[in-house]
Amino acid sequence: MALISMQDVSFTYAYSEAPALTDVSLTLEERLLYGVIGVNASGKTTLCSLMRGLIPLFHPGTLTGKVEIRGRNLLEWDPAELSRAIGCVFENPFTQISGIKDTVFEEIAFGLENIGVPRDEMIERVLEVVERLGLEELIKKNPNELSGGQRQKVAFAAIVAMDADFIVIDEPTSQLDPEASDAVFEIIGDLRKRGKSIVLVEHKIDLMAQHADRIIVMKDGRVIAEGPTADIVTSGVMDEADVPRPEVTELALALQGTGKAFPSLPITRAEAFDALSSRRGG
Amino acid sequence: MAITFANVSFAYPSGWRAVDDVSFTVKEGERLAIVGQNGAGKTTTVKLMNGLLKPTSGTVTVDGVTTAERTTASIAATVGYVFQNPDDQIFASTVRDELEYVPRYRKWDDAKRDERVGRAARLAGIERYFDSNPNDLPLVIRKFVAIAAVLVGECKYIVLDEPTAGLDRPGQRRLVSLIDQLESEGVSVVTITHDMRFVAQTFKRVIAMANRRIIADGDCASLFASDELLRQASIRRPELAQLVRDLGLSDRAYRLDEIAALIPDNR
Repeated sequence: MALISMQDVSFTYAYSEAPALTDVSLTLEERLLYGVIGVNASGKTTLCSLMRGLIPLFHPGTLTGKVEIRGRNLLEWDPAELSRAIGCVFENPFTQISGIKDTVFEEIAFGLENIGVPRDEMIERVLEVVERLGLEELIKKNPNELSGGQRQKVAFAAIVAMDADFIVIDEPTSQLDPEASDAVFEIIGDLRKRGKSIVLVEHKIDLMAQHADRIIVMKDGRVIAEGPTADIVTSGVMDEADVPRPEVTELALALQGTGKAFPSLPITRAEAFDALSSRRGG
Repeated sequence: MAITFANVSFAYPSGWRAVDDVSFTVKEGERLAIVGQNGAGKTTTVKLMNGLLKPTSGTVTVDGVTTAERTTASIAATVGYVFQNPDDQIFASTVRDELEYVPRYRKWDDAKRDERVGRAARLAGIERYFDSNPNDLPLVIRKFVAIAAVLVGECKYIVLDEPTAGLDRPGQRRLVSLIDQLESEGVSVVTITHDMRFVAQTFKRVIAMANRRIIADGDCASLFASDELLRQASIRRPELAQLVRDLGLSDRAYRLDEIAALIPDNR
């Protein structure tokens, strides 16, 4: 059974004239990391909201076509059950933070508390994720006093602590410094190895190329391509969608047809290194 | 004419020291990136530039006058600051109202108002949103609304606090052409960013901050050459700079053209 299947799905937000999604047909399998790329307002966040049932339950509008999550029609899912099944990090950490908890520790525990996780287990899970994300210094602070980047880390930690099987993550690193971005991607990579299904919206294409199994490319509310990461990021669809390629792929493309050409287009620095290391000192 | 920091420290009322003994100069017409880890003191530093914050010790001088002697409103006419979160800045109910705030405040006539508002909206690429409520616009468009609202004031110095966060490629192109345009008009642009690919492509001078202090102030190549500085500032080399370093080809190359030239032949 597919994790998610969408057939001819279109969605228009209430009070909006233009559709945010048009004729989207997609099948997502379990245990893979799907990257979603596209320019701003291409429909990425709407797609995420749909996958976790925020559309049409929370954001009203006109939904046509068929959406199934684990074989069950989206509209037949109980919202509470669905929110337990799917974790979600919002792009804007100011939206994600509950605003009603006095400390970061309680904020990260909030979701677990809501689903009735026993107290000892809850504390253990929160402390584990705090350590992995290096948030020790923050746990006694008030979430409202945190910087944008710190809030983003706390929002991410709260979702990791929930330990859902399917996680939708919308731009988790937009406000993070490079070291913190790497830490977040390392954890996302771990989640994938542990068999989680992940949908990740992210502009940092170099990190995406390293971690994603498959890429979904969006433009003007449509899915214009879906396929294995290496096929997608080396193809012309990246230009069509106006999204950048990995830096090493750009280099290889610039060298194509010259005496310095790569044997095949690399998408990660490790691949580029392997292709070039035998040429050193040559 | 310049903004000069001389041994500037700043502590928030809670006692938290956010900036410690920082000294540097931004010359008129110069562009500069500030990079560093979350919490390093970058935002506090730029808020000290336009008088939103006043130093606890040391002096910040804008065109020869210390910020301590001027009101924030009067400094804001010279140094424009675009907030990291546009929602901290935008308050009007239409984009037009937001952009016309400065003209109203400074009592410009209609012709001057329309000319400057039109120009700022064009530069930021938001003309078609004039009648929209900023709250209905996506975050990235709100960021350009916030930028346009500051551009209207035609400040000599413009500070952009993380304009690249969440920005797509068309947005980045618009941002770069905007910075190029401002530079051609002699306006200084100081940009905080975490995006090293953007830094490498757009800036020559870069200041790195770590733990409330400036740890490097120079060209990109020198910063990217130092493992120690990068580690302290929690930043990464651009991918290609790291690649040629790993291959032992160069410690300083970071631009695509110079790196392409360094790659050995495929024999």
